[in-house]
Amino acid sequence: MKPASWFDRRGWSDLIIGLPYAWAIVFIFLPICIVSALSFAVPILNSPPYEFLKTWPYLSFDNFQRLFSDSIYIRAFAVSLFNASIATVLCLLIGYPMALGLTRVPKAVNRVLLMMIVLPFWTSFLLRVYAWIGLMGNNSWFNHLLTGLYNVVVPQAWHIANIQIMYTNFAVIFVVVYSYLPFMILPLYANLEKLDRTLDEAAMDLGSRPVQVFLDVTLPLSMPGIIAGGLLVFIPAAGELVIPSLVGNQSDPMVGAIISQEFGLNHDWPMASAISVALLVILVMPLMAYTRFQSRAEAGGTR
Amino acid sequence: MKRLSRFLLTMMCLGYVYLYAPIISLIVFSFNKSRLVTVWGGFSTVWYGRLFENSQILDAAWLSLRLALTSATIATILGTMAGIALVRFGPFRGRTMLSGLITTPLVMPEVLTGVSTLLLFLLMAKWIGWPARRGFSTLLIAHITFSMTYVTTVITSRLSSIDVSIEEAALDLGSAPWQVLKDITLPVISPAILSAWLLAFTISLDDVVITSFTNGPGYNTLPMLVWAKVRLGVTPDINALGSLIVAVVAIGVTLSSIIITRSERRREREIQAALAGGH
Amino acid sequence: MDRDPLSATPSDRFISVRTVTKQFGQFTAVDRVSLDIGKGELFALLGSSGCGKTTLLRMLAGFEEPTSGQIFIDGEDMAGIAPYHRPVNMMFQSYALFPHMTVEKNIGYGLKHERMTKSERDDRVAAMLDLVQLKAFARRHPHQLSGGQRQRVALARALAKQPKLLLLDEPLGALDKKLREQTQFEIANIQYETGITFVVVTHDQEEAMTLASRIAIMDSGSIRQLDTPKNVYEFPSSRFVASFIGSVNLFDAELVRQDDQFAHIAVPEIGVTLQALRRGQLHGKTRLTCAFRPEKVHMSRQPPASAVNTMQGVVQDFGYFGKDSLYRVKMPAGSLIRVNATNDLRAGDDDIVATWEDEVYLAIDPAAIMLFEDEA
Repeated sequence: MKPASWFDRRGWSDLIIGLPYAWAIVFIFLPICIVSALSFAVPILNSPPYEFLKTWPYLSFDNFQRLFSDSIYIRAFAVSLFNASIATVLCLLIGYPMALGLTRVPKAVNRVLLMMIVLPFWTSFLLRVYAWIGLMGNNSWFNHLLTGLYNVVVPQAWHIANIQIMYTNFAVIFVVVYSYLPFMILPLYANLEKLDRTLDEAAMDLGSRPVQVFLDVTLPLSMPGIIAGGLLVFIPAAGELVIPSLVGNQSDPMVGAIISQEFGLNHDWPMASAISVALLVILVMPLMAYTRFQSRAEAGGTR
Repeated sequence: MKRLSRFLLTMMCLGYVYLYAPIISLIVFSFNKSRLVTVWGGFSTVWYGRLFENSQILDAAWLSLRLALTSATIATILGTMAGIALVRFGPFRGRTMLSGLITTPLVMPEVLTGVSTLLLFLLMAKWIGWPARRGFSTLLIAHITFSMTYVTTVITSRLSSIDVSIEEAALDLGSAPWQVLKDITLPVISPAILSAWLLAFTISLDDVVITSFTNGPGYNTLPMLVWAKVRLGVTPDINALGSLIVAVVAIGVTLSSIIITRSERRREREIQAALAGGH
Repeated sequence: MDRDPLSATPSDRFISVRTVTKQFGQFTAVDRVSLDIGKGELFALLGSSGCGKTTLLRMLAGFEEPTSGQIFIDGEDMAGIAPYHRPVNMMFQSYALFPHMTVEKNIGYGLKHERMTKSERDDRVAAMLDLVQLKAFARRHPHQLSGGQRQRVALARALAKQPKLLLLDEPLGALDKKLREQTQFEIANIQYETGITFVVVTHDQEEAMTLASRIAIMDSGSIRQLDTPKNVYEFPSSRFVASFIGSVNLFDAELVRQDDQFAHIAVPEIGVTLQALRRGQLHGKTRLTCAFRPEKVHMSRQPPASAVNTMQGVVQDFGYFGKDSLYRVKMPAGSLIRVNATNDLRAGDDDIVATWEDEVYLAIDPAAIMLFEDEA
């Protein structure tokens, strides 16, 4: 190699590392530190609206105490986790067959179909939510369709004019599933596509019918895809702010709305921070556990 | 190839109907004469006209566009640097920390990113007097930050799939490291850089949550405006806006995929020609 | 088994393929193939890639349905019978071991669908582990095994169900040269012990020759010759087979005359007239192909005792392989003859039979010359 000059390790490569590093420290790391610190402060009527205790231990645990005692917060967490779980399961149930189907269509069609999965993602997220608002309203063809189906199934005495979909938890779940379905399908597809087809043939050769082959071979081997897709749906769904604000039940808010309220309306920065920290811990812990598990599995499974 | 079972075919059809029914419904009702969004009242393009008369919407769209262009460009530069550092610079001090930080915004709910970034701005204003007010600069910083993480992800995955030996060959042939970067690495990952930029651009253009925390009065991006309007109720001009966006995106995606397919085919042909010539 | 393992026809028709054709769109992968395989036979389908041997194998396994023709296994027509209902198991080229199951689970997988108690199943798995000598590895996962061990797991898994027919797709393809030789004998031993009918698909002639009792040589969808390894090598039925199996000197020749014992042929490329032992009647064509294997040519620096089929040439170059050497000898007419000479002496330089630019005599036994009526 040539002798050192301005571009050698000390100069240009430090710049390439340093610039994004500095950015990440200031605008990613620092904010998280601030939130974590503020969650142990107490709110005051001043600017800025918080202070730390003047005496040992300087940190207050009041916010977390409130978090675990006030039913509003507990309920918000419960609703968020419930909605996110149901939405994740539904995404899986809809997305898995689609992803599996995508691996089995001819190559030319596959390209177009994959693009059609991604296409809605490139359009505006808000507009996709908006489209459903139109469809779920009491006068829409979609609502009439659902109402009609419902009335066919149930006895006459229970007949209704309209199903109330808007402003319910069901609407939130429904739209979350719609919005995040591509995030489930794409990692699943990537995983399923990599699977060795001869494994299916081997299982079939050893006497398993197609359904059994799926349960014994395809499903267990697609676990990494299921978990990746599940996390990509579950995490944003649990922290969702926009969808519940538009189609959800306002008297039964999710965590995102609570954080936003504490911050914006109540100016209670410490409480908003405490809820944020709690949410972060609940959501990110399983993720870290998963990546640990996966890196260990990879270390074991060098193929 | 395994054949598609009837069950999978049915599920796929239903899935695509689910994905596209609301979008098609949105487009159809954008041509509705009636003010009511869900009841058909005859064909009309009146709402498209309204859209272009609405200066509020046009201003918001212009702001969103400027913001997306600037933030995507800066985020692509920063994210590519981070990606190259993470994949090609070997172990350096703080590498794990950097890769951890870069992925954080990806795994955090947007609300948390929004709140924490806003708190940073508020405290910075108090400590160093900047930013005195929230506006374009705070929006830009926030958008760069989360776009950058997506860019880095795209670049790292592309870079790690490229055989490092072509870069080593260039070093072996006497190029200095920065020349290798300029002559080999960047040209090879240029398609990834382009798609990363597009991703950053779209994400910035589409963001609601983080924008809602970091913008200031008078700085309403298009999604913020739409969010505010939709909260008040459904209006047909939003349908028109949505249809326009869908049309632009569909055309863009189709064009780019045609271009990509063509260039891939050309490359395949060239490779084949080279192989045939070699024999 | 009373049957001579080297006999050229099966004593029974345990597996019977009758005028089977398989088309993929316009492409005919297998073209009207018929063959019978006896019970307990170790049969090989040999051919280069794309010759249709794998398609034929997949039709036996049930992964592909023939476009026309029939396949019988133990007297039963296999048409419309799904792979999971056939008494056939396969050892895949990639082994296709389930990565998420242990060796034990892999081997026992096929037994899940058999009507047997858990202890019977465990016994069977243990017996299989014994058979392939992997007892100590029962709890390991495939990625913790070496290539040779994986190969044996795949074999045990396919054998566990005691199929009527075992298909082996390039069974030694992924192994290195040393391991290959050892595994060849292992497979042959296991076949002998279990008595199961084996069909091996391979592109490696050495593999086919050492493993199989009979070989079918396939080319562009059809069988070109079906015979014992020895007959395929010594008595190839066509110019194609002669050049496909082993190495051979091939020359265009012209029939001059034939008497009771010999055919006399002129070979312009060598510039001599040779006599070849007649086997059966030549059908009166005068343009022939003459072929002889390099190891059947005797080379010496002194003129040989008999003048029959003797030629003189100059050593152009040679390759030393240890146990033997390959010489390329230039004939006065310009063509090259390849000659194999065994290095049966521990050689210093001067012991070598010949070296560059040496004048040498070549002699070929009339019985070693093969004549074909098909031309290049």
